[in-house]
Amino acid sequence: MFIQSSLSDKSTFFQKLRSLDYIMLFCILILGIISSLAMYSTDGGELLYHSESHIIRFLVFFTMMIFISFINIKTWHTFGYLFYVIVLGLLIWASLFGITAQGSQRWIDLYFINLQPSELMKIAIILCFAKYYHRVQIANVNKLRNIIIPILILFVPISLVVTQPDLGTSILIALSGIIVLWLAGVNAKYFIYSSLIFIISAPFIISFLKPYQKLRILTFFDPDKDPLGAGYQIIQSKIAVGSGGLIGKGFLKGTQGYLEFLPEKHTDFIFTLFSEEFGFVGSILLLVVYAILIFRIIRIGSFSRSFFGKFFCYGFGSAIFVYITVNMAMVLGLLPIVGSPLPIMSYGGSSMLATMIGLGIVMSTKIYRRQMIS
Amino acid sequence: MIGSGEDSGFKKTNTINRRMFIFAAAKTIVFCGIVGRLFSLQISENKKYLTLSDKNRLREARLPPIRGEFEDYFGNRIAKNLTVYQLHVVPEQVEDFKTLMVRIKDILNLSDSYLQDLIKKKNKQKPWETLIISENLTWGEFSKINFYLHELSGIRPVLTVGRNYPYNETYTHVLGYVSEASVNDLVSSDIIKQRNVPGLRVGKIGLEKALEEDLIGKNSIQRFEVNAYGKRINQIDFQEGEQGKTIKLTIDTEIQKYTQELLKEKAGSISVMDIYTGEIIAMNSSPSFNPNLFLYGIKKNKWSEIKNDPLKPLLNKTVSGLYSPGSTIKPIVALSALENDVVSPNFKVNCRGHKHPLELYGMKYHCWKKQGHGYMSLKNAIKQSCDTYFYEASRLLGVDRLNATATKFGLGDIVLGRFFNEKKGIVPSTKWKKEAIGQNWYLGETLINGIGQGYIQVTPLQLCLMTAQLANGGHKIYPKIILDKKQESIEKIKQKMKLAGENNEKDSKLLSATEKFFNINEKNYHALYRNKQNVKFVLDAMFSSTNEIYGTSFSSRIEDPKYQFAGKTGTAQVKRITKEERELDLKINQIPYKERDHAWYIAFGPYKNPRYAVSILIEHGGSGSSTAAPIAKKLFKSVIDRHDLREQVQIKYLTDV
Repeated sequence: MFIQSSLSDKSTFFQKLRSLDYIMLFCILILGIISSLAMYSTDGGELLYHSESHIIRFLVFFTMMIFISFINIKTWHTFGYLFYVIVLGLLIWASLFGITAQGSQRWIDLYFINLQPSELMKIAIILCFAKYYHRVQIANVNKLRNIIIPILILFVPISLVVTQPDLGTSILIALSGIIVLWLAGVNAKYFIYSSLIFIISAPFIISFLKPYQKLRILTFFDPDKDPLGAGYQIIQSKIAVGSGGLIGKGFLKGTQGYLEFLPEKHTDFIFTLFSEEFGFVGSILLLVVYAILIFRIIRIGSFSRSFFGKFFCYGFGSAIFVYITVNMAMVLGLLPIVGSPLPIMSYGGSSMLATMIGLGIVMSTKIYRRQMIS
Repeated sequence: MIGSGEDSGFKKTNTINRRMFIFAAAKTIVFCGIVGRLFSLQISENKKYLTLSDKNRLREARLPPIRGEFEDYFGNRIAKNLTVYQLHVVPEQVEDFKTLMVRIKDILNLSDSYLQDLIKKKNKQKPWETLIISENLTWGEFSKINFYLHELSGIRPVLTVGRNYPYNETYTHVLGYVSEASVNDLVSSDIIKQRNVPGLRVGKIGLEKALEEDLIGKNSIQRFEVNAYGKRINQIDFQEGEQGKTIKLTIDTEIQKYTQELLKEKAGSISVMDIYTGEIIAMNSSPSFNPNLFLYGIKKNKWSEIKNDPLKPLLNKTVSGLYSPGSTIKPIVALSALENDVVSPNFKVNCRGHKHPLELYGMKYHCWKKQGHGYMSLKNAIKQSCDTYFYEASRLLGVDRLNATATKFGLGDIVLGRFFNEKKGIVPSTKWKKEAIGQNWYLGETLINGIGQGYIQVTPLQLCLMTAQLANGGHKIYPKIILDKKQESIEKIKQKMKLAGENNEKDSKLLSATEKFFNINEKNYHALYRNKQNVKFVLDAMFSSTNEIYGTSFSSRIEDPKYQFAGKTGTAQVKRITKEERELDLKINQIPYKERDHAWYIAFGPYKNPRYAVSILIEHGGSGSSTAAPIAKKLFKSVIDRHDLREQVQIKYLTDV
């Protein structure tokens, strides 16, 4: 007890300020600047709607992240389930009264922002699982009860998001959850068995998909089959990246983006636009920035005294990695096209909000790294 | 408890870290995969994707090439490019298309159906593509549009070029006409396919078609950057095209116009040729039609009027019309008979008229003259065109020897090779009949062949060439309609002919072989005769046919030596004359048009120092002496009056080179 209390955090504000992870902050700022430039380029080299609101959002949410950093990690632990329940509530709300766009009902109109609760769920599920496994003894992890309950926790939001319908986000939520399950020590054979079952049942799952989703998956295997239809996005994206070359076509000179050959260039395909203009060198630099960011997040997790902090940082860092690789693999033609934003880079308030909350919690884990949670 | 708790916590930490480590290893591999993919796309396959990206964004717009023009011998433009006033609109740039159209309809007095067609056309194309409202506005309409331009936003009055034939129907059968390129044109000509743009006009017949490659010109090319929707964003470069070549013809417009007048309301053909240079001075076929009608698509009723005209204005009779030469073949028959020593000038035949026609194997062969000519010498037989004499002469000569002479003088072969539908005609021989019809030759056929009837078929231009080659003393010439800037002077040609004649008189087979070897490209106006005197004899006979009493064209003679010409009439039957018809002896207007004889006349002049050959054909015109020969009289006046002017220009061309 004494040891625990002595390790509880009592540092001053300046000590806390000093213990912020500045390398991480630097990476986030770099990403903010790069994304603003890319957004400026999508607006055709003018400060128009997309670039303007992206910069404002970044600044607002970055400030918010700093505030979150100073909230004790304990508080996040305390409200972990509540946060999950609130987001779940918002998801149900979105399914019932949400705004429909592009055939999918996934937004809630909050007047100043169109909130997409499914994006928040990516964080909420990690937070929830981190809290759940924080107190589960390692010996009990593979008990049936501790398998069933997390699966239910995971299954409910996924099924809500799938029916919106939003295949991409639901897969990312599932992956976020599964990452924490893996870290918590759930028996490896469960993962092997379930992935086998998934592969076998894939054809049946595909048959339940919407026609446009089916088409996307089929197109992935042969994009040239229908180059002006479903294969168009993949082909144009590959052309943009490929034509970028070693050093790119230059800032604001990406013809594929400027001449509107790139689909969804603000959101899912922002990396394509960036890669066309800045080439291989720019893309690698961006990857390095992301890699440093992920490395810092995981390092913070490794120094955390609490399992909650560890789970969250490891989980969140890995999830960020998954989001990045899924997005990049998709725009590079390595995975089928499913809606998945590139963290911080892509236009979209909810995704930015979720990422910044996550980063804030990571930062707070660092500041309160000695904080024990009973 | 604490210990076990700590132990359990330790184990848990271990598990988490171990799992994180495995995961991190997997991450590294995936990251490497992404980097590898980027490398393959951006470095290895960069060229491929760069090309694809350029293909995406760059579009070429080709503008119609400017067509080359035609000039006559004196530099008058006979096919030119006129400024054309057009009205264009880009529907995308117009706020209210319908209102605008109604306003334009009022200003230009367009019909409702025209407006509907326009709207249909507009709906078919992309909104940023130019719609041509009117291809050919008058100056009045154009200025009216410009006057109202401020209230017609989006409308663009455009100046462009369109083909124009200032002499209308005068040159139709020489130049042909242009019209919008058809699918057929695109398939059959690579150059048209390559230079094609919407609205491109290409040659359909005549020299416009034959010289398409020289005339068409090169497109100007605009290179544009376009966006994903095909909209032009900006022009990247502009490549200036090239106008097609200007083509100079040997034709004299004044004479060409005059031939048009001479053939007015007749079906027929006139050709005039320089007997030394082979230059065609006039070449006309009647009736003609206005080639300007085809530029913007001919109206249906006008087209069917031309197509169904019984006088066949679409047929270029001069090069594509095949006719029996009738008596115009007789100079060649006479020459052939003399050359082959079958007859001598003194050889006589008694022509006893319709009561005592020549009989051969039970068939009767009549002379055209009912009463008969009496005893005819060769010269008189040509002069008075006695058929009986030529039956006998050709019987002695045989068809194959005649074929050899006639072919040498230009019958049975293409003359210019510049027109697609130029016909070869037929100069029959025993071999030809065997191959073409599969039958043996009959002697009777030799007889009618000798008066230019039967299988033999010629074009008016072939007869003109034949006459020219006789008139220059029997030397080969090279007919042309396109001006040759390297044309040799008349003196030089005459000199060469003289030399060729001298060589011919020596036993010179060996010499000409070596000569051929050295002068393979040089024009050697070689002799087509064996004995020069034979040609002279035939020319003399033609002179008397025109200038001596009882000659068939005596009434059309000109006594002034400046214009004096020599010729041979021809009256070609278009069907076999039955016994009854022969006895009826109908006047020309009692016979249905289609059954009337074709009237021929071939001539050369001035007789003292000949320079020009003509051939005149009047389809179903009756007899050559009454219909065709009088035309020659007028024609020679005009041709010889223009001679000095032509000489001056020729000297200028010679000194230019």
